[in-house]
Amino acid sequence: MNSNAFNKFRSVFAHVLLVILSFMCLFFFYILFINATRSHADLQKGFSALPGKYFLTNFMNVANDGTFPMIRGILNSLIVSGCSAAICTYFSSLTAYGLYAYDFKLKKAAFTFIMAILVMPTQVTAMGFLRLITKMGMYDSLLPLIIPAIASPSVFYFMYSYLQSSLPLSLVEAARIDGSGEFMTFNRIVIPIMKPAIAVQAIFTFVGSWNNYFVPALVIQSKDKMTVPILIATLRGADFMSFDSAKIYMMIFVAIVPIIIVYLFLSKYIIAGITLGGVKE
Amino acid sequence: MKKKLVSMLLVGTMVAGMFAGCGGSDNGSASDAGTNADASEASDAGDADSGTADEGSDAAEAPAGDEGKVINIYSWNNEFKERVEAVYPEVQETSSDGTVTTLKDGTEIHWIVNPNQDGVYQQKLDEALMNQADAAADDKIDMFLSETDYVFKYTDAEADVAMPLKDLGIDPDKDLSDQYSFTKVTASDANGVQRGSTWQCCPGLLVYRRDIAEDVFGTDDPEQIGEKVKDWDTLKATAAELKEKGYYTFSSYADTFRLYGNSIPQPWVTAGETTVKVDQKIMDWVETSKEWLDAGYYDKSVKGQWNDDWNKAMGSASKVFAFLFPAWGIDFTLKPNWDGGDGAWAVTNPPQEYNWGGSYVHACVGTDNPQHVKDIIMAVTGNKDNLMKISKDYTDFTNTQSGMQDAAKDDSFGSQFLGGQNAFTYFAPVAENIQIAPLSAYDQGCVELIQNAFSDYFQGQVDFDKAKSNFETAIKERYPEITEISWPE
Amino acid sequence: MKRKSIDYSKWGYFFILPFFISFFVFSLIPLADTIRYSFYEYYRSGIKEIGPNFVGMENYVSLLKSDMLKYAGNTFILWIIGFIPQIVIALLLAEWFVDARLKIHGKQFFKVVIYLPNLIMASAFAMLFFTMFSTNGPINSILMNMGLLSKPIDFMGTVFGTRSLVGLMNFLMWFGNTTIMLMAAIMGISPDIFEASELDGCNSFQRFFRITLPLIRPILAYTLITSIIGGLQMFDVPQILTNGQGNPDRTSMTLIMFLNSHLKSKNYGMAGSLSVYLFIVSGILCFIVYRMTNGKDDKGGR
Repeated sequence: MNSNAFNKFRSVFAHVLLVILSFMCLFFFYILFINATRSHADLQKGFSALPGKYFLTNFMNVANDGTFPMIRGILNSLIVSGCSAAICTYFSSLTAYGLYAYDFKLKKAAFTFIMAILVMPTQVTAMGFLRLITKMGMYDSLLPLIIPAIASPSVFYFMYSYLQSSLPLSLVEAARIDGSGEFMTFNRIVIPIMKPAIAVQAIFTFVGSWNNYFVPALVIQSKDKMTVPILIATLRGADFMSFDSAKIYMMIFVAIVPIIIVYLFLSKYIIAGITLGGVKE
Repeated sequence: MKKKLVSMLLVGTMVAGMFAGCGGSDNGSASDAGTNADASEASDAGDADSGTADEGSDAAEAPAGDEGKVINIYSWNNEFKERVEAVYPEVQETSSDGTVTTLKDGTEIHWIVNPNQDGVYQQKLDEALMNQADAAADDKIDMFLSETDYVFKYTDAEADVAMPLKDLGIDPDKDLSDQYSFTKVTASDANGVQRGSTWQCCPGLLVYRRDIAEDVFGTDDPEQIGEKVKDWDTLKATAAELKEKGYYTFSSYADTFRLYGNSIPQPWVTAGETTVKVDQKIMDWVETSKEWLDAGYYDKSVKGQWNDDWNKAMGSASKVFAFLFPAWGIDFTLKPNWDGGDGAWAVTNPPQEYNWGGSYVHACVGTDNPQHVKDIIMAVTGNKDNLMKISKDYTDFTNTQSGMQDAAKDDSFGSQFLGGQNAFTYFAPVAENIQIAPLSAYDQGCVELIQNAFSDYFQGQVDFDKAKSNFETAIKERYPEITEISWPE
Repeated sequence: MKRKSIDYSKWGYFFILPFFISFFVFSLIPLADTIRYSFYEYYRSGIKEIGPNFVGMENYVSLLKSDMLKYAGNTFILWIIGFIPQIVIALLLAEWFVDARLKIHGKQFFKVVIYLPNLIMASAFAMLFFTMFSTNGPINSILMNMGLLSKPIDFMGTVFGTRSLVGLMNFLMWFGNTTIMLMAAIMGISPDIFEASELDGCNSFQRFFRITLPLIRPILAYTLITSIIGGLQMFDVPQILTNGQGNPDRTSMTLIMFLNSHLKSKNYGMAGSLSVYLFIVSGILCFIVYRMTNGKDDKGGR
């Protein structure tokens, strides 16, 4: 039973490594939490392992700051990220399916094209993007943060890979024979099969959009449309007049809590989805 | 065929549904919170009908009754807003979130606050200034603020964005005669036309820890400590004494930069030229900084300012003896970072007179509220009573020569944080001796980048020549029109 | 018979239409705009606008003369020191998680935990690191209290320290993400194949290298490609850690930080041509990767 002993050793090793990695991941959040509960003066004294008593004070400081509409910001971020995740995954699946399931003249060209733009860093077009949306009258609105998510080459590529591995075309043929319309087939049959992939990508898109600073900072001007990262930058940029590191820690804390909740809620679904997912060949 | 059509319809509705779904939630939320925006849009529309006469007439000559309903003020924090609320008699109330202040005649001040960090404030202000001509009357910028480091960019006569005070009906020579003259020079363009005004004046002092003074020199008396730091040579000898007992004189080389940098005799870039001239004074700073850092007079772990290490250097656990701060520095930086009781710090004269900071208020060309703007500028920067009130309430060193001399003698201006010491006694003479360096539009970048480039040199990461070339690269990156950098021999 | 004659191909166009419209409007037009200005001298001095004046390839030439290549090198180094541990650890973890024989306890917990850092904003994360690893920060004070150090380490004062911190941050932020991605891929492999291999007496190593790796190649390629793009775009972390300066001695200055400093100084011409360089480089990189991973597939597979 050599292999058993070997597996045991591997198992121990795996656990040790996992614990170390988890410690590394959680340690930073722990420090963040601790620092969010201490006052600026406490923080000046150096690090402490125990939380302080200023959690509520710091929270109220952040929440009541008028130049800094936190609740509004979180709401805006939720809207932008939620819509982005929804349309991004839906349209990427649609595109992937379109290219996977149908044979048409420009198929190859379209695919190559998307693969080519897969690499385009968003920053490259930022300058022109800003000029364009100003002309379109979408400057300082949330729409330009959402609509471009329709075309996300990398999500498309993931969906396409997933379709390749889990959707036999025979299934589509079968649906056609049953009299299902093309669009119906996509919504009723393909989408459910792609659920795990959609869930994974929805999370990634959501998180990416939630954390995006570069584009929103260019587009958004007015306070009531600001998203969380812009607000954090605002707080950080608030100079000596309101310098309070406890407030900064608190804001980071507040900024990541909603997303952690969303994640914890979705993670179960995702992992279950992955285990169930995939049409067996 | 029919089937196809139906499915196409289906696709259409699906897609439309998707859009409607997203758009819907978006719209809904926008209108929830966006009543503000809606309201202002509506008022815009109203204005367009009634206010066409506005456009034709010269804004400055327009009678007060004809003024716009909204005063837009650009700034980077609440400092100015608090001052206006405190002393402008027309203020009725400010909304709970602090974004709109209503005046007694119904005019609204809209505060547009953007962080100074990373140049965001200037970016947004520049954007708005470029659109100023096309903006609707109530969207036009009426006032904006600038800092000493970049005030020149906006007072530039050619740029013509800050209105000459004369055009507003303020005569700087008469109405603002009690202001410190260097602040007036700073706010003027190259032709000497004053285009801004400030309520504060930022003479700097040396703030030191009494307990360390007691330990090293046997006394914490500001007079005697003042003797020990009166000029650079004396201070150097003092630094050695402090070192002996294990203390640092200052936290880092960045602390002393203002003293050198603000006393350069020629501007970084002469108007009309594209050469950055690094002054001998700056190189003196480089030399001294390297020497002092190597000698252990600065805390090696502190690199620059406005970071955590710097903040910690102001805490009770730190070994740093002194900081160089103007009034705002003591109140807003040192005080929150000090974790001990009051009376632990004291101020005395700095080794060299200097000025650090200052926010200038400008009326923006194209404003539709010239009367209000004039009144606000006069109330906040040109009224002695108001300025004294600001000094008392916010411990600003305000821009009134006679007032500050009074304050220097008035014990009621003693600071609780300084254990009752009256800092104005020390501020006032410094303010009178400040020689402000000639400004250029490139000051902010030069000041920031030269410190950055040489910081690597101080820490031994690069040699002297590499630091120089790093500065050259960085400055050309920041200002594409710069063609040459000249160094003193 | 009749059904078969229906031409479905039109549906393909229909399905991919939204993607292309959106791409055309929001990426292609701006891209064209950017490329156009790359041939112009166009910047802002103070609040005065200079240009646009057509200057041909001048921007491109002066960029080549600048330190751009050095920044490209920095970007690559910063990316690779994060990516290698990321992919190795992620492969290991993904394999362990799906390996029933290992009996990993608290699987769910670990999965949730390792993904956590990916959720935090890169900028916020970098800020957190900046304070924690500052010379007087918590990390130094903890190490000193434990007696491991006599004198604080100046993490961000050295090239090695700064780069390691950036690498560590990128690793922590992305290894959980990659693990989940790879796990999804491994679990997508039909269990029959594993069962069959077990019957054939495959050991874990053989199973991993002979079965798992080849079968998850598409996802591996995906990971590699997204990571390369991410690496090229690396900005938030070094920007905030070094306050946009790439200290010390510009050794942690990335390409996008370089671009950002041009955008910040409103040098549209220069930023435009830098963007074009970036675009070309990323295109070449991904073409290579695409070829590497898909080329074999065509020959060997189906």
